[in-house]
Amino acid sequence: MFRIGYLGRRLAALAATLLAVATFNFFLFRILPGDPIRLLARAGNLTPEAIARLRQLFGLDEPLPVQYLIYLKNIVTGQFGMSLTYRRPVVDILAERITNTLILLAAATIVVVIAGIALGVAAASRRGSRTDTGTVVTSLVFWSLPTFWTGLILIFIFGVWLQVFPISGMTDPGSLFVTSPLEKALDVARHLVLPTITLALVDIGQFILITRSSLVDVLTEDYIVTARAKGLSRRAVVWRHGVRNALLPIVTATALYVSLIVGGAIQVETVFSWPGMGRLMYDAVLRRDYPILEASFFIFAVTVILANLLSDLLYQALDPRVREA
Amino acid sequence: MTAAAAVGRGAARRTLHLVWSDRIGRVGLVLLAATVVVAIFGPILFPFDPSGVGTSSADILAPPSAEHWLGTDELGRDVFRATLEGARISLLVGLLATAVSIIVGTLVGLSAGFYLGLVDRVLMRVTDFFLVLPTLPLTITLAAIVGQSLGVIVLVIGLTSWPATARIVRSQVLSLRERQFVTRVRALGATDVRIVGRHILPNVLPLIFANTVLVIAGSILAEATLAFLGLGDPVHVSWGTMLHFAFVSGAMGRGAWWYILPPGIGIVVVVLGFTLAGHTLDRILNPRLRGR
Repeated sequence: MFRIGYLGRRLAALAATLLAVATFNFFLFRILPGDPIRLLARAGNLTPEAIARLRQLFGLDEPLPVQYLIYLKNIVTGQFGMSLTYRRPVVDILAERITNTLILLAAATIVVVIAGIALGVAAASRRGSRTDTGTVVTSLVFWSLPTFWTGLILIFIFGVWLQVFPISGMTDPGSLFVTSPLEKALDVARHLVLPTITLALVDIGQFILITRSSLVDVLTEDYIVTARAKGLSRRAVVWRHGVRNALLPIVTATALYVSLIVGGAIQVETVFSWPGMGRLMYDAVLRRDYPILEASFFIFAVTVILANLLSDLLYQALDPRVREA
Repeated sequence: MTAAAAVGRGAARRTLHLVWSDRIGRVGLVLLAATVVVAIFGPILFPFDPSGVGTSSADILAPPSAEHWLGTDELGRDVFRATLEGARISLLVGLLATAVSIIVGTLVGLSAGFYLGLVDRVLMRVTDFFLVLPTLPLTITLAAIVGQSLGVIVLVIGLTSWPATARIVRSQVLSLRERQFVTRVRALGATDVRIVGRHILPNVLPLIFANTVLVIAGSILAEATLAFLGLGDPVHVSWGTMLHFAFVSGAMGRGAWWYILPPGIGIVVVVLGFTLAGHTLDRILNPRLRGR
């Protein structure tokens, strides 16, 4: 499907970008705020001997280039150090949190993709109509909503006034005693409703606009006129001949979408106390838990970089014109 | 530079007129004008006193009344006046961050597109690197490490949002530098600074202008988000900072809608104003989209 040379070039670029992120991180966290010992020493009264021992323990008595190499080795082996507030290895905490974030992101993405394509297609196939203008304006309004504030408003409406959905956490406090897996899943699903709607509302605008403009482009092509002339129904022309070809720019926009929704997840998890990576990052900011902050940033960055690569490869696989070139 | 500025002014007036003649664009401009008026005159008519805290528990998170039109915050201060003051800070930070972003992006784009070769390769590598980093985690991390003041927030937002501008400017410069009027002045012996400043920059300006409007919307949202997450300047209270204190002080649980709604509506109005205007500008300046 791909030429080996292309794939090799992409993988080399990926390695270079990851190395750049790690180096960037090293400068950000080891050089800007000072070394980790100074952070620890800020909390307690350490004797000079204790500081010297700790420096040796963390490898901070080594020259900077050696520290850098140790740092890279630790990242590759997944050692992000100890959390300053949880007093546990960062990697263990991340492992607990990452699934919860993935559940939230998956739920929101399903809503965004299905509703976004449906609305984008509806707008594009009635270009210039009231439906079209309405959809575009609504998308722009949603795009302008701050994610965290949208969450607060939904908490107000559905949690405080109507009291129909839980507004905080991932499970009911009483659910510890629930044994049936179905009830457990339903409990999580109920907690998932408001965070998912918040995330989807804010991120769907851009998706609708991209779908619409891509389909508008495609619908002016000659083969669409031909399909209409053949006597195919409007619906068949739009979906089978139009949407299929309009999907390419949507795939390209995936990387952008992942970057956007990662930012959204941090805000939504904060507002709804969803126990994922985003809430972890928020707590780390408030408590200045640098090892956690550093690892979360690294994971988010790597996720978006991989999404970029994936969308490029998908584009290659889907578009024969690019593949030949 | 004066020529560039003159062309810029003319182009700005023309594009403003075009945006006004579009229905969506006009709504955007009205929203913007309203915000600017409120930000300029609001705090003069209704000055906010940050130390004007309440004296009894009845003053804390009190609902709207004749004395406090939009109720009070968790310290008993007037929410209406705080919101007017917040308009200034939010707009100021948004505009300054945008200025940083546009200047850096334009300089990078101009140098890369004009000099090509090694300069271009290095600058574009850096641009792509920043383009691929997730913006919010990056700004959170930087702000948490460097510190909390308006200046830091302006720099953090500005220095993380320039790559898109750099790419747009570069691609425009690439096509301009081969045009005849540029090759001619080059043959006449004009210096690089003169070629770029008097002949290339004026032709890139309309595009930068459209991009700027959208960058402002993004910068204001970014500031609000950072401030809400507790990374705002505690002294200069913006809309995001107000919402941060509302959230952590438990205004939600006490049903204090008057504390949550005003700053949020303020953010939505400004950002929507810039988004609608920017969207319209984009359609006007991008001929491929015209009439769609």
